Amino acid sequence: MATALTAAQAGLIGCEHCGLLVQPASTAEPGHCPRCGSELESRRRRSIERTWALVIAATICYIPANLLPVLGTTTLGSTEYDTIMGGVIFLYTSGSWPLALIVLIASVMVPLGKLVALSYLLISVQRRSPGGNRERTRLYRMVEFIGRWSMLDVFVDTFTVALVQLDPLMSVRPGAGVMFFAAVVVLTMIAAATFDPRLIWDAGAEQEL
Amino acid sequence: MQTHACPDCDLLQTIPNLPAGGKASCVRCGHTLATGTVEPIGRPLALSIAALLLLIIANIDPLMDLSAVGRHASTTIIGGAYQMWVDGEQATAVVVGFCAVIAPAGYILFMLTVLVGAGRTPVPAWVGELLRWADSMRPWSMVEVMMLGILVALIKIAELAKVEPGIGMYAVGVLMLLIPAIEVSFDPDAIWQRVVWVEPKASPEAAEDPHLGPSS
Repeated sequence: MATALTAAQAGLIGCEHCGLLVQPASTAEPGHCPRCGSELESRRRRSIERTWALVIAATICYIPANLLPVLGTTTLGSTEYDTIMGGVIFLYTSGSWPLALIVLIASVMVPLGKLVALSYLLISVQRRSPGGNRERTRLYRMVEFIGRWSMLDVFVDTFTVALVQLDPLMSVRPGAGVMFFAAVVVLTMIAAATFDPRLIWDAGAEQEL
Repeated sequence: MQTHACPDCDLLQTIPNLPAGGKASCVRCGHTLATGTVEPIGRPLALSIAALLLLIIANIDPLMDLSAVGRHASTTIIGGAYQMWVDGEQATAVVVGFCAVIAPAGYILFMLTVLVGAGRTPVPAWVGELLRWADSMRPWSMVEVMMLGILVALIKIAELAKVEPGIGMYAVGVLMLLIPAIEVSFDPDAIWQRVVWVEPKASPEAAEDPHLGPSS
């Protein structure tokens, strides 16, 4: 290929929903896709600002999510509180270390990794770094793919609470940490959808080709 | 042959007609642009019908039963979200209810309607609209994550009391496989190529190929 163009360089827009390549009358106000009717955008609008806002909000929620208890177990009058890390340690000491590892990865490392990865992608786009585009795009896809798995602990807590209801012998109640944890997962998933990977390629468009 | 802009890096390229099982990736960033599917409507339709049945079973039957000192307890998926709500965690209950029940049900029902509607000629415009709805539900449908969550909860509780998996859990296990199977066997382009455009005055020939191709 001697010359390769992006849709933006050619004055075209690929519809994000149905994939139709559209030649809008004005690139500033492209209007709607004639085939599926969704709004046309050359790049996701205010992608960097919006993604930063969501990443910062998620980072703030990440702190109470880890410090506050997610579960409170009441056994014959005395209540014990567990944080996310507490749950991992409980699984480890009760002998199921593979499960402890799964929960540790899904609940602690994945959310943190997502926040770091998205921040790195945002900073590199803002600094117009030209290199490693393929690797950065791959990192973005990984963030998008893996994000949902952080919801694991929310489901574990939900079903533990729902099942262990043997008052007054033993009962489990959710703690305030669950809400913050669910908020981290939802916010980072929206942040990944708001980030536009095409921005990675825009910076070095001239050098690349 | 069709000109497409890669959704991940915006590069324009032509995609050749693919054989069954074939895959076209973006030359620049590696994003999968298209896959060749054998029966892009019939197969996902059959899988969607099966998924709908399992969705109903998964939501009606208990996921697991607990017994300790002569007492019994069991829970369903909705029962889990409900207990969260009752215990004062309404926001979490809504997230769980959405990701475990509403999004999977929405995805399966929208896909079913899309695939049934795709049998009509020409394909009506509302089929495209519903396909967009199905796409927006898909990232939030977390059946496979829920399945792992149920297993972890099961093993955690087994330390304290006797627990047994219920029919609902097996249904969730099969549903977890069916949803990605629908996705893989389905080719959205099979719908988009034949759908009635929202703006009928725009001529398909003019916009489909703006005569760019790979310029040399």
